[in-house]
Amino acid sequence: MEPSNGIEVEGLVREYRKGPRAVDGIDLSVAPGEIYGFLGPNGAGKSTTVHVLTTLLPPTAGTARVGGYDVVKQGPKVRALIGVALQEAALDPLLTGRDHLRLQATLQGVRKDQRQARAEELLHRVGLADAADRKVAGYSGGMKRRLDLALALVHSPRILFLDEPTTGLDVQSRTAVWEEVSLLRREDRVTVFLTTQYLEEADVLADRVGIIDHGKIVAEGTPAELKAEIGRPSVHAIPRREEDRPRIAEFLARFGEPLATTRDVAVRLRGGLGLTDIVRAVDADGVDVVDLELRAPTLDDVFLAKTGKTLEGATEEAEIERKETQR
Amino acid sequence: MAAIARRSVVRTSRQPASVIPPLIFPVALMLVYSAGLQSSTDLPGFPTDSFLAFMLAVPFIQGALFSTMIAGTDLARDIETGFVNRLSLTALRDSALLVGQLSGVVVLGVVQAVFYLAVGLAAGVEIASGPAGVVVLLVYAVVVSLAFGALGAYLAFRTGSGEVIQALFPLLFVFLFISSMNTPRDLIGVGWFRTAATLNPVSYMIECIRSLIIVGWDPEALILGFGFIAIIGVASLTLSSHALRTRMTRT
Repeated sequence: MEPSNGIEVEGLVREYRKGPRAVDGIDLSVAPGEIYGFLGPNGAGKSTTVHVLTTLLPPTAGTARVGGYDVVKQGPKVRALIGVALQEAALDPLLTGRDHLRLQATLQGVRKDQRQARAEELLHRVGLADAADRKVAGYSGGMKRRLDLALALVHSPRILFLDEPTTGLDVQSRTAVWEEVSLLRREDRVTVFLTTQYLEEADVLADRVGIIDHGKIVAEGTPAELKAEIGRPSVHAIPRREEDRPRIAEFLARFGEPLATTRDVAVRLRGGLGLTDIVRAVDADGVDVVDLELRAPTLDDVFLAKTGKTLEGATEEAEIERKETQR
Repeated sequence: MAAIARRSVVRTSRQPASVIPPLIFPVALMLVYSAGLQSSTDLPGFPTDSFLAFMLAVPFIQGALFSTMIAGTDLARDIETGFVNRLSLTALRDSALLVGQLSGVVVLGVVQAVFYLAVGLAAGVEIASGPAGVVVLLVYAVVVSLAFGALGAYLAFRTGSGEVIQALFPLLFVFLFISSMNTPRDLIGVGWFRTAATLNPVSYMIECIRSLIIVGWDPEALILGFGFIAIIGVASLTLSSHALRTRMTRT
């Protein structure tokens, strides 16, 4: 394969000693200039995949080529063309933002006469010019994430790996990161491999999405294709009184298959039915609901359809599993 | 490597908690012991009539023990925060990371040595080996800081935990206290203690520095002192290089 900006993965497996298969035979392909969203709950295998693709972990089996280079046999070449922002913003609290950029530029082999200009450009680009000489210990979570992104970009990489870049950020900081990632793809044609546990993030940013659960890719496609697979919308009802919940569930079951939700009562509508059919039946049967809502399929619905659980539920389940394993 | 060294020095200089205790604590201990144990110099065979001159060697080793903890804790923090992973993703060589990281510790070691000497000279201690001896003392401080710093780095790479390293710190101090720190080995009256001090390499490091301060040029003390620190240095650098390679696993 000729060097390109793409990523090719075949049968990738990563097993930990005394642990489960974190990555269990995944195949994926990311085209040059594409934003690929890798969506899944905590512990699904997203970060392990990133660690393998960025040469930080050798795979147990399978092959992976990044930019045309084999991640096992050509590690240094892979590292030279990728930028990486791992899940934890790995920053030194005692250094300033400018210190970090200078250090990173030096270590990434940016020419000495270009380092300062590159640092200034990136500081402005991620909106940290005013805070450049402050120690990172005083940065907010959003500022740390933006600095982390700037550090990943210091050597103008062709492929960018972002491991949960917005986890824990407020809406404003999250939006700022999204804009920057979109800009990188649009203006610099950078290929982006982005892991996330946020459905909205994958929906907004990614050209294509791979959904991973327990180390396996359970669905892949554009967000629109994945939602189209689900096809039918769902109807969600909020009972006026909690004790009415079973009765409303029974009522709604006449219109489709029940969905596992915690906040409301919901069904996936059978073909040919619409909200008006339900509203008429609600009036006719005197069903007492506070709200009745028709929802188009979301990526969460896709996740539910493919794994049998919601992404939120899967994240909690993974957390419990993790604690059990640690015990 | 220079970039990592610069970062190591900058971050050390920005942590008063890493700089001040290694300066103040050993000097305070030296002054307290000197005041309390001055009468020890009346013992027949005691090599000097100034207990302060006798004790001046001890802060050098105490400072080096602090270096172990600082180097180890800093590196462990880098592992915990993922900073080592960030470095692994660059073209940085493993050895450059280790040597660069230890540079901050060595700079601190030299600053400490100059400070201890300045306090000693200000208190009236005369260096028997003269200006050339002062230079050798500083060289020894560099070697000791490097060797003990590498030991701290090894512990960091092995454990990846700053807390573990801080917990090991008192254990390292035991070596100092069962050495010839307070009394010349041939004047230690308790048999097991004299044996322990004789087997303890820290005794020979202290005696190497002490010989330059109160005796002059004592080839045997210098050979033993430099010999033991060379063995410890080679061992700790080898172990830390190996542990670093394991820690910085990359394809």
